[in-house]
Amino acid sequence: MTDAVAQPTNVASAAPDTMAWDSRARRMMMIYLPLACFVIILLFPFYWMAVTAFKPNAELLNYKEHNPFWISSPTLAHIQHLLFNTAYPRWLKTTMLVAIGSTFLSLLASTLAAYAIERLRFRGSPYVGLGIYLAYLVPPSILFIPLATVVVQFGLFDSPLALILVYPTFLVPFCTWLLIGYFKSIPYELEECALVDGATRLQILRRITLPLAVPGLISAGIFSFTLSWNEFIYALAFIQSSANKTVPVAILTELVSGDVYQWGALMAGSLLGSLPVAIFYSLFVDYYVSSLTGAVKE
Amino acid sequence: MSVTTLSPRGLALRQPNWFARLLDYKPFLIIVCLAPAIGLLLVFLTYPLGLGVWLAFTDTTIGRRGIYVGLENFQYLLSDPLWWGAVFYSVFYTGVATFGKFALGFWLALLLNNHFPFKSILRAIVLLPWIVPTVLSALAFWWIYDPQFSIISYLLVDVLHWRTTNIDFLGSAWPARFSLIAANIWRGIPFVAISLLAGLQTISPSLYEAAMLDGASSWQRFRYITFPMMMPILAIVMTFSIIFTFTDFQLVYAITRGGPVNSTHLLATLAFQRGIAGGELGEGAAIAVSMVPFLVFATLFSYFGLARRKWQQGESDD
Repeated sequence: MTDAVAQPTNVASAAPDTMAWDSRARRMMMIYLPLACFVIILLFPFYWMAVTAFKPNAELLNYKEHNPFWISSPTLAHIQHLLFNTAYPRWLKTTMLVAIGSTFLSLLASTLAAYAIERLRFRGSPYVGLGIYLAYLVPPSILFIPLATVVVQFGLFDSPLALILVYPTFLVPFCTWLLIGYFKSIPYELEECALVDGATRLQILRRITLPLAVPGLISAGIFSFTLSWNEFIYALAFIQSSANKTVPVAILTELVSGDVYQWGALMAGSLLGSLPVAIFYSLFVDYYVSSLTGAVKE
Repeated sequence: MSVTTLSPRGLALRQPNWFARLLDYKPFLIIVCLAPAIGLLLVFLTYPLGLGVWLAFTDTTIGRRGIYVGLENFQYLLSDPLWWGAVFYSVFYTGVATFGKFALGFWLALLLNNHFPFKSILRAIVLLPWIVPTVLSALAFWWIYDPQFSIISYLLVDVLHWRTTNIDFLGSAWPARFSLIAANIWRGIPFVAISLLAGLQTISPSLYEAAMLDGASSWQRFRYITFPMMMPILAIVMTFSIIFTFTDFQLVYAITRGGPVNSTHLLATLAFQRGIAGGELGEGAAIAVSMVPFLVFATLFSYFGLARRKWQQGESDD
């Protein structure tokens, strides 16, 4: 009995205390300081990448005379080396081609699939949706060995076309789920009106459903583009000739050579390879966050 | 008004040919719509998955069709200390990295859930490590972990004078293992933080107000409101994180390639080394297949997380 009485009074007396503590200094210590640490740690590798990319070699390996965090005499030599002495522009072009091709293919396939599952409801449509979702849980690491033999069977080994066809395996499940969510939010009445007016199903999809699902299409599109730009293990296993490599694979296999690493060129390559995705990302941040969180919540 | 209702009808009347009518036949339309997605997934996902299991029971090498050898590959793996090492490091890597990612990611999500200026810009910046190609940021980490010119060593030795010698990050087994885990946590924090932030924003503020009126401390509010409300989304995000950490390949391949002395091999990098680089497709496939039990475990975890979510939202179980 005494316990039951004592407890609430205890808590009640503690409550004003916490209110009083909620001062500016406390907010500083509990929120801004940790946040600043997080941001510094999360961004430091990029800063380091950029600093290294523009540093002359003499400064790069001499911490005694030059402050390593800053560049005394910035140089474009590493980037110039990359663009004119290596096949870097070619790798960029291949990566762009593969990313755009696989994004287009997976958007097409997943829009149609999501429409069929969500709007043309048929017996078993939830199971088809679940099957596609399960495909998302199959990681590339357990598929790449048999896929390599399949790619060889199809005569696509060492061809960017192989990547364009294989990337949709991890893009389609994600995009389909994202688009099912978007189609769900479009009211049925709109489609019924069009049906009554005599529109065909495909006209409804093209003129009513798709225009309303544009934000979803953009989210799915930029997500696919980034994922295919970043993909590594398939590109490493299926592409052999230097000319057909994608940027991530080429930097690791072509630029890392011998015992002396050319850190300047390596970091310049990493910086240039990250820029397209980073720019793309900065243009569509909101779509990005919504697609990421939307997919998790579905 | 009349114009807008008329135009679709006009279109429909203009093309009453057999093809348009066929497309309006629902079963046909369903098949046409599902064909590209299902076709791609069957040919490049389901078929290779089955083929992978078959390859694991054969002695196929690159350029030679193998014959069925039963469980020989798996028996060999069970007696192979390298495989056991990879299993150990995969589990260790996944366990420590997942714990780190979720502890720090949850903390970051809670911090971002406060009100302060430039919040959306900060949220955008935080996601960067997750957007940039992993291999390229892994290269930056490789450079940060350089034995001679590591910037961390420089900070500790020359600026702070905490140590007298450079740290040899990647030269021996345990430092290399922890260096890779640190890089993986760095890469995973943004995904966890942004997903959990979305979950945090769905928690109704009235719950906190009610708890405040009842005199709950901030720890109690976290323990009895935030944490239980976040359980479902936490379970889903964690399942994804565990699956993709366990099957990670890029970070390890880019930074150590399994070295020093094979101490940092994950199952995926070992499968690549044996299967593609070494040409022993059968053995590589067996290593890849040996990851499946762990993944099934993680997926079941996800299923129960989802089931609980429905119950919490008051929806019927189906």
